[in-house]
Amino acid sequence: MEKRIVLNFPAENAQNPVIYDIVKKFDVVPNILKANVKADQGGRMVVELVANENEIKAAIDYIESCGIEVSAIGSKISWNSELCTDCGTCTSSCLSGALTIKAPDWKLQFNPDKCVACKLCLKACPLHLFSMDVSV
Amino acid sequence: MTKSYEEINEKIRKGKAVVLTAEQVSEMARTMSPKEILSKVDVVTTATFGAMCSSGAVLNFGHATPPIRMERIELNGVPVSGGLAAVDTFVGATDCNVQRPEYGGAHVIQELIDGKEVILEAWAKGTDCYPRTHIRTRISLDTINDAILWNPRNAYQNYNVAVNSSDRIRYTYMGTLLPHFKNASYSSAGELSPLLNDPECRTIGLGTRIFLAGAQGYVTYNGTQFNTSKPINEYGVPMGGARTIAVAGEMREMNSRYLRGAYFEKYGVTMYVGIGVPIPILDEDMAARVSIRNEQIETYLEDYGDDFKLIGTTNYAALRSGEIEFNGHKIHTAPLSSLARAREIADILKGWIERGEFLLTAPTRPMPANRSLKSLEENL
Repeated sequence: MEKRIVLNFPAENAQNPVIYDIVKKFDVVPNILKANVKADQGGRMVVELVANENEIKAAIDYIESCGIEVSAIGSKISWNSELCTDCGTCTSSCLSGALTIKAPDWKLQFNPDKCVACKLCLKACPLHLFSMDVSV
Repeated sequence: MTKSYEEINEKIRKGKAVVLTAEQVSEMARTMSPKEILSKVDVVTTATFGAMCSSGAVLNFGHATPPIRMERIELNGVPVSGGLAAVDTFVGATDCNVQRPEYGGAHVIQELIDGKEVILEAWAKGTDCYPRTHIRTRISLDTINDAILWNPRNAYQNYNVAVNSSDRIRYTYMGTLLPHFKNASYSSAGELSPLLNDPECRTIGLGTRIFLAGAQGYVTYNGTQFNTSKPINEYGVPMGGARTIAVAGEMREMNSRYLRGAYFEKYGVTMYVGIGVPIPILDEDMAARVSIRNEQIETYLEDYGDDFKLIGTTNYAALRSGEIEFNGHKIHTAPLSSLARAREIADILKGWIERGEFLLTAPTRPMPANRSLKSLEENL
């Protein structure tokens, strides 16, 4: 399976090589989609983990045991579906396929598991209905 | 066999008119001839919900005591026209304060329709008959005399599909266009779109009653940039932007579910407008026109990254599949106008007609038959 997560590195653990560790320890294939981590300040990283379910769970437990907060990426993006008009403009710039609009109903669908937090939807939505609770 | 407006309206009054949406009749046309459709269907409802920059509102505020001849006017800080008499204004959808480009006239119009109060501030030099030089107050649709949505150009008949061959992002009124043909934006309700179901405007003319942002409004004139000179494909569909309509309606009867202020990144403010147009099936020709299907509605690919060149053609069935192919590129397609909301509008209009709440109007004057567009020459 694939799972996309956000790693929140505190400054004191910013140099912890957890990505290397999870490859060695759990045979997880990490695909770093986005990273903004500074050695002296910490930061955030968006990673896709490819492995079986148990290995992914073990890898996430390990990362958390190293003092690095892990959250599901979908929790970072919020979308005001009530005000959405289903115009579909946002899907144009969503190349990860998290935002889709198609037959039969042509209503906007948001799949947080596919989101890579590129933030293009924040600007693409003409009604500004997307927001992100932290900057990744 | 032909039917007159009067015959159709008589059926509507009696609750006996057969009304279908344009999508329903297009599906029906797969197995029925225009002659059969004419015998079974009286009215077809069409609709669109898209960004229409050439929109606005005429407001009359009423006179204060002492009165003012408003020469510079702002609504919620958005500069609007001071060029209409003493207390009239035109709020253009794209009006905005350059300091706050993401909020503009379209948002002011939406807030008024939502029943919100808006701050009016106006300045004048002061005259003997209008001595006041400044006023600042709150207004709402309850406090002012007139509030009429007054859109010079809506419901484009067809529109080019926007792509970008260049190596940088283009921020446009067709949305964010990614480099190297990564995406394509289209903006039409296709087979549900009003002017694609009556491509020569045989039934849509001055005075046509329509659904306008939740109210019953009217086609007031041919829209600006009305153009009959575009190439016509083998199914009778004009390629690219062609005919347009000007529309008006009472803002107090509108609902912001069908009218939204919007902002396109690094482009500016625009307004989403919901329009529904009923098409009477007067004869076999109209029955054939409303039978048009997405795969028959073609349009051009326009390269916004290379001088707006027309570089190919596609159709709405392909666009709605989510991907089109062009010169070896697989291009991700996305709509700009809401098909879901357009369908909702077509259904509402269908309901109004079925319940006898909405009668059809024959045009009091047809649309122009021969119009082409001029470019702006620089001659000084």
